[in-house]
Amino acid sequence: MSVAQETPVRTQPATPPPQRRNGRWAGYSHLLMARMLELKREPEVVFWVFIFPLLLALGLGIAFRNKPEGTVSVAVVQGAKSAQTLLQKSPQAKQFKVQVLDAESAHQAFRLGKVDVAIEPGANGTFTYRYDPARPESVLARAEVNDALQSAAGRKDPVPTKPVSSSEPGSRYIDFLIPGLLGMNLMNSGMWGIGFALVDMRQRKLLKRFVGTPMRRGDFLLALASSRLILMIIEVGLLLAFGVLFFHMRVMGSTAGIALIAGIGSLTFGGVGLLTASRAQKIESVSGLINLVMMPMWIFSGVFFSYERFPAIIHPLIKALPLTALNDALRASILEGTPILHQWPRLLVMILWGGISFVLALKWFRWT
Amino acid sequence: MPTAIECRDLRKTYDGKVEAVRGLNLEIQAGECFGLLGPNGAGKTTTIEILEGLLAPTSGMVSILGHRWHENEREMREWLGISLQETRLSDKLTVRETIDLFASFYREPRSTDEVLEELQLTEKADAWVGKLSGGQRQRLAVATALVCNPKILFLDEPTTGLDPQSRRQLWDIIRVFQRNGGTVLLTTHYMDEAERLCDRLAIIDHGQVIAEGSPPDLITRLGGHHLVEFLVDGNGGDGAQDAWRSLPSVESVREDDGLIALNVKQPHLTIPALLEAIERQGGKLQHLTTRQASLEDVFVRLTGRHLRED
Repeated sequence: MSVAQETPVRTQPATPPPQRRNGRWAGYSHLLMARMLELKREPEVVFWVFIFPLLLALGLGIAFRNKPEGTVSVAVVQGAKSAQTLLQKSPQAKQFKVQVLDAESAHQAFRLGKVDVAIEPGANGTFTYRYDPARPESVLARAEVNDALQSAAGRKDPVPTKPVSSSEPGSRYIDFLIPGLLGMNLMNSGMWGIGFALVDMRQRKLLKRFVGTPMRRGDFLLALASSRLILMIIEVGLLLAFGVLFFHMRVMGSTAGIALIAGIGSLTFGGVGLLTASRAQKIESVSGLINLVMMPMWIFSGVFFSYERFPAIIHPLIKALPLTALNDALRASILEGTPILHQWPRLLVMILWGGISFVLALKWFRWT
Repeated sequence: MPTAIECRDLRKTYDGKVEAVRGLNLEIQAGECFGLLGPNGAGKTTTIEILEGLLAPTSGMVSILGHRWHENEREMREWLGISLQETRLSDKLTVRETIDLFASFYREPRSTDEVLEELQLTEKADAWVGKLSGGQRQRLAVATALVCNPKILFLDEPTTGLDPQSRRQLWDIIRVFQRNGGTVLLTTHYMDEAERLCDRLAIIDHGQVIAEGSPPDLITRLGGHHLVEFLVDGNGGDGAQDAWRSLPSVESVREDDGLIALNVKQPHLTIPALLEAIERQGGKLQHLTTRQASLEDVFVRLTGRHLRED
């Protein structure tokens, strides 16, 4: 039997729907879910957090790879052509990339860094090496060329030697670089992911709107921190997997240890980001502040090159920076397998930075 | 009827200099729709945010359903639905996700579907907030306030910048809420909104209440019943004002850009006398209209300024 129904759509149901009840963690879980959804739907975030570090590692890894052959580029000036013949006869001939040029182009090529050394004809069949003592590869090229020329011309070495080449994973530039990139990435995404996001929400009056509800403020901050940790696992995992697959990097330390270091690092920079964002009203002003805070660490904390290059007197200061502690801890763990317990001073540096920032931020934080 | 919102001698001074609110008293009954009407910068938003517990007053007393903010904040938040003047909700969340998020903060919220239907957002439930029109966004803002099943709804300029149809939709929503027993406090600088929606209202200027009452009451008390507006050629200069004032049934005269407006109780007595007076003066009538007095007239009468000019 069918009954035609023509009642209006907006009739009240006979029984009221069951009352919806929220448990203690409903707010937290919804805040976390909303945050993750927003991040997932923001293509820029996916690019800067995940893709950009991979591209950076790929680019730098290729640029600074250990070059196999033809690495010494030599210009031979036309009058010194016999040098070319000698080089080709030498046992190291494969190392050299030789081009014959007139005097002026050779000089030009050397000046522009296209060749590492130029061989010019001297008086009475001698050769002149043009090289730059300030460029390590130029110094090296001069020594290699000279060695090859002399032995091709019949020099006998008084002491017999035998070279064994060794460039094992663990000592290459890419091995140094990837933990540094990991640290830098954790700093970037912690500072921007927390600091920028908070000021953006403050500027949009969303923080004020949240505070107008019974939302627990601690839950809100906890949800932000949790979203950072989830992203951290993906960031670290991707970059390490990339290093292992493309550059045959060897990870010596335990996964749990690396995850713990990265987690502490992530929360440390989350705390610093929170402090940076505690009062700023506009995203323009917080962007400047974030860059100001990160700048010294980009330079000093050994992301792209070792901080040993700076004068020893400032090393204690450099080591007190949170990113230095994070990078050192990551390198020790990934490259040397140093146990986590031996790293406690570095972890302490991070925890102090993160903890003090967090306490100050809570004191100064402006919700409206 | 119990008091829903009460404040006594409320004051707010920013940075020790700017006095946004100077000694404001309000008493709003449960079940009422109460409006704060005033021009931009009158102190409406500061007042409503103090009542919402989002801003601390410099001095004065606030009581919401008999409770004080510093004593019982978390519990009080369960009863209040708030829509701020401008909140930009997250563009990349859907309408449903946004309402669910706000619902999750309350112990016993309403069902999201019910709120979506009530605010006519069911069709847009899965659209991103960033894709909504102005009217839909504003309805969503009100939805995030209504999902907690509030006893009091605070709306700060809910219809500013909306098209007429969206405004009417919001008015209907507010009326339904009130009909179901809710109390509403809203701010507006739209006269028609205040006249249609509010049971009572307070006109605010420079941080003080300058008049309070129901819209018809305020209009008859302060605006006169009718307005006769006219324009004459070659009228008699300064003396003319007195001539208009002495016409039958005229309560007050004001001049606005050459247009003369008479506040009149009984136009059928005034108009014949007016025409006669103009003819006697040798003036020529350029323009004549009569209309019902409005809240705008009340405001102009009280402050000498129009509401929308700043």
